[in-house]
Amino acid sequence: MQQGKYRFVTGFLIVPVMLYAVFMIWPYVQTFGYSFTNWQGQSQEMSFVGLDNYTALFSDDVFLKALWHNILLLVFLPIATILLALFFAFMVNVGGRGGSGGIRGVRGSGIYKILFFVPHVLSIAILAVLWRAIYRGDVAGLINGVFIKLGLSDPAHPIEWLNDPDLVLWCVAFVLLWWGVGFYLVLFSAAMQSVPREIYEAALLDGASRVQSFFKVTLPLLWDTVQTAWVYLAILAMDCFALISVMTPGNSFGGGPDHNSEVMATYLMRNFLSFGKSGYACAMGVVIMLLTLFLSLVTLRVSRRERIEY
Amino acid sequence: MSYTRLNSGAKKAAVPGPRVSKDGDGDRSGAAGGAGEGRVLNVFSHGFLLLWAVMIVLPLIWLLLGSFKTDSEIGASAWSWPSNWNFDAFTRAWDKGIGDYFANTLIVLAFSIPLTMLLGAMAAYALARYEFPGNRFFYYFFVAGAMFPVYLGLVPLYFLVDMLGMLNTYQGLILVYIAYSLPFTVFFMHAFFRTLPTAIHEAAVIDGASHTRIFFQVMVPMAKPGLLSVAIFNVLGQWNQYILPMTLMQQQSGFDKDRSVLTQGLVLLNQQQGYEGDLPVIFAGMTIAMLPVIVVYLTFQRQVQSGLTAGTLK
Repeated sequence: MQQGKYRFVTGFLIVPVMLYAVFMIWPYVQTFGYSFTNWQGQSQEMSFVGLDNYTALFSDDVFLKALWHNILLLVFLPIATILLALFFAFMVNVGGRGGSGGIRGVRGSGIYKILFFVPHVLSIAILAVLWRAIYRGDVAGLINGVFIKLGLSDPAHPIEWLNDPDLVLWCVAFVLLWWGVGFYLVLFSAAMQSVPREIYEAALLDGASRVQSFFKVTLPLLWDTVQTAWVYLAILAMDCFALISVMTPGNSFGGGPDHNSEVMATYLMRNFLSFGKSGYACAMGVVIMLLTLFLSLVTLRVSRRERIEY
Repeated sequence: MSYTRLNSGAKKAAVPGPRVSKDGDGDRSGAAGGAGEGRVLNVFSHGFLLLWAVMIVLPLIWLLLGSFKTDSEIGASAWSWPSNWNFDAFTRAWDKGIGDYFANTLIVLAFSIPLTMLLGAMAAYALARYEFPGNRFFYYFFVAGAMFPVYLGLVPLYFLVDMLGMLNTYQGLILVYIAYSLPFTVFFMHAFFRTLPTAIHEAAVIDGASHTRIFFQVMVPMAKPGLLSVAIFNVLGQWNQYILPMTLMQQQSGFDKDRSVLTQGLVLLNQQQGYEGDLPVIFAGMTIAMLPVIVVYLTFQRQVQSGLTAGTLK
């Protein structure tokens, strides 16, 4: 029955493996090598400089600032997104409560699920252009428009969201929150729906309030998914390239004002495409990768606990 | 699709949806009779849900309205209403390059999507249904790719594509898109092929079908729902891709054709028009870029949601 099996398997695997190895894996591997050189890009002339790029990175003020911004995002973005998404998911799936013990979502939960997910199918580039318009620093910006309507800010001096050194990074973070909540709502919903209804019904019969059933029943059962969400949001927080480069002020790939919204990805791209410092950019790529990997491993390890079978 | 319609219908009529109506009576008596807490929380939670819904919808409606306004209307106030409802800005946006960017994206996707699906399904099938030495290795080899940030490989990728003479060419971007889409495609289709019954495969073997024939004539048709989900996922992912085309699709000289894709072109348009002061064009351009994905999403929202979340769930 298995005659010609190996020929078949080879035939089916060879093209995908080759493509994938050449265009994805090989550049990944090369990055490590180049990160030890002073490569300038176009020509193949380069010499081995050891760890120079890495030591330079950690005395480069702009890079350290960028790294710090990534870390800030790394801490706050997952917390905000997961809490909001969990709250919404709980409401949409088990928040509606009847006296006769029905476990279901609040009214219109289907609509909310469809609606909240919409931002997630839009490209980050579209989000960036759209939110740049929304955050405009004059009366024409949507947020300033709303604030002025509500009397929260002075029409003569609207808030310059993206030009304010203290606000700019959080403005960008909010866009990521806006983009991500719907996705994690759906993700957590899927996990909540796989929890047997009897568990909720038992909690309800025992007189658990909604808050109690959330913290004592839902959250522990969803722990695995929350952990996965954390890793994915951390990876997202390490990126932010499109948003920062389009939304924020600054020459070549944004990051302004005065590097106050700089992240590692924008600084990498500026070094690579504008300054032609390819070796240096590769070293940044490696740092981004190591940090991401480290974070995923730490998250998975720290949050590991007894898996609940049901 | 019917799901969407059911729910939106339910909203219009302001009656509980089908799932709720089953025990809608219980809900009413419960809220009115016993739990005051329940009611407060309901108002509270509904408030938050509605607030977030407004925060999602308002910018999108504002965007759409912006493409009908004049430049001075946009500049004057965020709340001005368009004075005339013509499609001038859309025409201008289309002529200013959105049309070409749209075409470029379509050309790339016309090749990259079918090829991604074909190659991804082939690799996934071979890995899922055949035992051979190195099977596990190749599976993890593919899946591992999804773990690394794109920035890790970006610089060498640029020079690799340059070396192949494929910077700012369709084929270059197509090949890169396929490679970058393979991890998820293989991962998802691998799981899917594993769920298909083996009995049918055995029957086909007894009937004397070759391995290749079994794949194309038995397995692929059976895997259609899975293939559809992954295809939608890949369409959205590649349609929305920004960093790869931004790096690889730049004009190499003044004579080189501008082959920017839509997302990239939109950002370019935003920069140009920011100087020239034709804001409605930006709004119209965004609307044009957004519409296809919104339509795809609303049509296939279940598959989109499950496809995108399946990539995250282990």
